[in-house]
Amino acid sequence: MKLEYFQMIDRVVAFDREAAHLKATSRIPLESPIFEGHFPGHPLMPGVLLIETMAQTSGYLLLGLNNFTKMPFLTKVTSANLRRFVGPETPIEMEATLLHDGSGYAVTKAKITSGGKAICDAEIMFVIQPFPDDLGEKMRENAATLGMDVRVSA
Amino acid sequence: MSSTFDKVADIIADTADIDRASITPESHAIDDLGIDSLAFLDIAFAIDKAFGIKLPLEKWTQEVNEGKAPAENYFVMKNLVARIDELIAAKTA
Repeated sequence: MKLEYFQMIDRVVAFDREAAHLKATSRIPLESPIFEGHFPGHPLMPGVLLIETMAQTSGYLLLGLNNFTKMPFLTKVTSANLRRFVGPETPIEMEATLLHDGSGYAVTKAKITSGGKAICDAEIMFVIQPFPDDLGEKMRENAATLGMDVRVSA
Repeated sequence: MSSTFDKVADIIADTADIDRASITPESHAIDDLGIDSLAFLDIAFAIDKAFGIKLPLEKWTQEVNEGKAPAENYFVMKNLVARIDELIAAKTA
C-alpha cells in the first residue's frame, strides 16, 4: 500500500467470477507524509482513503467481470460506515461483491476488516465506460502485478 | 396514469429530490426535470430494482447519439414508462 500513489491494494487473493466476488489484502504503511497531517503525532488512516480502498477493490472486481474491456469510474458512495480507527502497520482484508449489474453502470457492496473486526463498509456505484487511450492495458498490468488472474474468460 | 407511471414518478421524486407534483407524463427527464446523467444512473438503479428489469441505457444512449432514435423516445416520462412496461412484459412472457 502506497498512499501517496493511491496504490491501496497489495494483493488480490481471490476472484470468483461465478459469485461475482473479489478478496484482496493490504497493510497500512508504517510511514507516509499523509500521517504527518492526519494527525500530528497520532497517525490514522484517513476515512476517505478507506473508501478509496473499497472502491479500488470493487473496481478490480468489475474489471475482472468484464474481462478488462471497460473501465469502472466511481460515481457514488452510499451507506458508508467507518466503524474503527486504523493505524500504521495494520493488516486489512477487503472484499467486494457485485450488487447490481446495470447497463453502463454497476453497484457493489464492499467492506474492510482487520483480524475479523469490521473496519468499514459501503455501497458503491460506478459508471462503466470505454477505456480512454491505453488505460485498459495498464489496468490489466496492474491487476497482474497484484496477483489477479487476468486471462480472458467466457 | 398507470401504476408504472406512479411508481417511476415516485422514484424520480425521491431519488432526484424533485417535486412529485411537477412530474407529468409529458415531462422530459432531462429538459424539464433537470436530471443529469449521474442522477439518471441513480434513477435507473432504483427502477431496475423496483421492477426487476435492466434498463438498456447503453443501447438507448447509442441510438440517440447515432441519430437512430430521438431522445424523447426514452426520456419523456410517458415513453419511458412504456419502455419499462415493455421490459416487464418481456420478462414475464
